[in-house]
Amino acid sequence: MDLNWNPEDIAFREEVRAFLDEKLPKEIAAKVKRRGDLTKADMERWHAILNEKGWLAPNWPKKFGGAEWNAVQKHIFEEECARAGAPRIVPFGLAMLAPVLQKFGSKEQQDYYLPRILNGDDWWCQGYSEPGAGSDLASLKTRAVRDGDHYIVNGQKTWTTLGQHANMIFCLVRTDPDAKQQEGISFLLIDMNTPGIEVRPIILLDGVHEVNEVWFTDVKVPVENLVGEENKGWTYAKYLLTHERTGIAGVGFSQAGLESVKRIAKAEQASGKPLIQNPHFAARLAKVEIDLMAMATSNMRIISRAQAGQAPGVESSMLKVKGTIIRQEINDLARRAVGPYAMPFPSEAVEGDNDPIGPDYAGPVSSAYFNNRKLSIFGGSNEIQRGIIAKVKMGG
Amino acid sequence: MLQDTLRRYLSDKYDTKTRNTIIDSDKGFSPEIWAELAELGVIGALFTEEQGGFGGKGFDLSTVFEELGRAGVVEPFLDTAVLGGGLIAALGNDEQQALIEDLIGGGLQLALAHGEPVARYDLSRVETTAKESGGQIVLNGRKSVVVNAEAADHLIVSARESGDVADADGISLFLVPAGTSGLTLRGYPMFAGGHAAEVTLDNVTLPASARLGTAGKGLAALTDVIARANVALAAESLGAMETAVELTRDYLMTRKQFGRPIGTFQALAHRYSDLLIEMEQARSAVINGAGHLEDDPAERDLHGASMRNLIGRVGRLVAEESIQMHGGIAMTKEYELAHIAKRIVMTDHRFGDTDYHLERFIELSAA
Ligand SMILES: Cc1cc2nc3c(=O)[nH]c(=O)nc-3n(C[C@H](O)[C@H](O)[C@H](O)COP(=O)(O)OP(=O)(O)OC[C@H]3O[C@@H](n4cnc5c(N)ncnc54)[C@H](O)[C@@H]3O)c2cc1C
Repeated sequence: MDLNWNPEDIAFREEVRAFLDEKLPKEIAAKVKRRGDLTKADMERWHAILNEKGWLAPNWPKKFGGAEWNAVQKHIFEEECARAGAPRIVPFGLAMLAPVLQKFGSKEQQDYYLPRILNGDDWWCQGYSEPGAGSDLASLKTRAVRDGDHYIVNGQKTWTTLGQHANMIFCLVRTDPDAKQQEGISFLLIDMNTPGIEVRPIILLDGVHEVNEVWFTDVKVPVENLVGEENKGWTYAKYLLTHERTGIAGVGFSQAGLESVKRIAKAEQASGKPLIQNPHFAARLAKVEIDLMAMATSNMRIISRAQAGQAPGVESSMLKVKGTIIRQEINDLARRAVGPYAMPFPSEAVEGDNDPIGPDYAGPVSSAYFNNRKLSIFGGSNEIQRGIIAKVKMGG
Repeated sequence: MLQDTLRRYLSDKYDTKTRNTIIDSDKGFSPEIWAELAELGVIGALFTEEQGGFGGKGFDLSTVFEELGRAGVVEPFLDTAVLGGGLIAALGNDEQQALIEDLIGGGLQLALAHGEPVARYDLSRVETTAKESGGQIVLNGRKSVVVNAEAADHLIVSARESGDVADADGISLFLVPAGTSGLTLRGYPMFAGGHAAEVTLDNVTLPASARLGTAGKGLAALTDVIARANVALAAESLGAMETAVELTRDYLMTRKQFGRPIGTFQALAHRYSDLLIEMEQARSAVINGAGHLEDDPAERDLHGASMRNLIGRVGRLVAEESIQMHGGIAMTKEYELAHIAKRIVMTDHRFGDTDYHLERFIELSAA
């Protein structure tokens, strides 16, 4: 494997930098960096800017309007976006649903939904988890009963990320309660404005409204909103999850996070010297940087292999586990680095247009530390990933 | 005795919902709960008989704070009683000492304004200045993350009367009444509950009688009360960890996935056991720290540093593992563990984090 960027890659990096420099709205980047609340409009704005450039869908095949980048390009793009403070692209439509529709959707579904995803006409959310079905997703209970041209859906989804902004939800529902668990599940596309749907906020431990409960009472869903075949939803769901996991390695986020910790540690003083010169802190920092350097290469190796046509399998589980451990360690370092200024809770109410309470870099660190505990829980928890790795490798 | 009463009171009166409402209130603590806990003797237990209390030793502190930690109490006992009250009791003249009675009765709030923006955890780094002239003292400077400042009737402000910024000598302490002209507070809530403020002192003018103790000799007393605060913080964190581990056990036994309680998965069972093993270490570390609190400073501080380092390490483990083993539910603000985990982790940002205490320990054990 050649570790040196070739001239095209270097040119591509320059192009990405120039684009971000020109097109990423400064106020949005500033918000991302201080972990301010991005509004729906902020996220839609960035989505539209990328779409206009044709860079919104790096993983999509060209025939659907994707960029079809190679592993190196994706890596470069991810890294530069994180460094510049670009908002995370909401993955539910683009990175999760779209691959499923491209592989298993009907021609009508592809023609209708895929352009709407690119154009930002639909905001998708993911309706997999339920109160009783987290890791054991196949035990889900939300029921869909066929009634003529419709399914009637009853039940509850939970942890629905950004469901408060969404107009569409893709759901796993039980269509055959008598079959074996995995064999009675279907994959349905549901309009959130259908009567009988109620969205209730869940406030996370850092005070943000990021996830929701979604309740369904006699919700009528047209049968043409079924993806693929009835009772085959589990196959599609699993296909989607492998896509969810690769992105979760978050190499770009870790690199940006590490840069930011370094900046903080240069600015902070400990016993009259920059914190970055403190041997204990420096050792912690070095260790995570060493891990990250290796993981960036693992990430590239695995992406290239996937591109060569081998489906990312157990490797995506490995990336997920290691990637989240690294990100969480970086969040921990940032929290330590700011010392007593990790304690304030910098709400908009306190700061608003005023100066930050402490150094400007201190505001987001505690919130990031706690919020990112989610990384090892969602997308298939790290325990579940370890289970998968062992099972696959030991021929289970 | 007090321990049982306190535990019962808190389990009756201080449930998750009540506490979360207190956290979101304007003051950030409940004056009613404060008064009732004072009535129960919680503050008195933190002072010796000579000081007007009925405890005040290391194990009195650890017992009270462990219970407060268990319930995730956000009321400012550390700031008002251990730090503020501790300094007045140690240094105050007769008139200043008279405040202690009111304090033990629950009628007074205090805050220690010592830390500064670049001081981090260094106790002797004080840039705020005190200039005496003609029987008056003028303070200028800035104090950061002053916990309980807005509620405090008096701030105890450290300021330098002589020497260089990081000298041990030359630091004095002053009792500054709330509302003194030139004193500005910018208040805010804290991540794990309670309020703090950035404090600016702009020509704050005081009579010389506002000085606590001898001019330039404040650091020794500060070091003493912070040694006590470290025992309190470690015990509070231990109490919070107990709650975290209990919640985790209950959840592991009741939450079912794949048709069985998740605690029956060995991957989780072993990690839960590891928490219990580390908790025994944590408990012993607090016992060591509390039991050596009355020793000479070198011995006391060695055990203090060792205690805080160990508690910091185990605290992070317990907070993170408890959340992880719960899954999504522990990420929600309403679930008790969320607050408890924040309390545990945020302890690590007061008077030195895990690394700071490791370095202290290395220094003190080499001495
Ligand atoms: C912030 C956030 C956002 C989310 N967004 C979405 C979303 O948009 N859409 C959606 O559908 N879901 C979403 N989720 C849900 C997420 O996928 C689930 O939280 C996750 O699947 C874990 O389920 P659970 O929380 O019910 O935990 P549980 O499954 O109850 O797990 C509890 C603990 O048990 C462990 N465990 C479970 N089974 C085993 C086993 N067999 N062996 C060893 N350990 C085991 C888990 O690893 C975990 O540590 C989100 C979650 C969070 C926290």
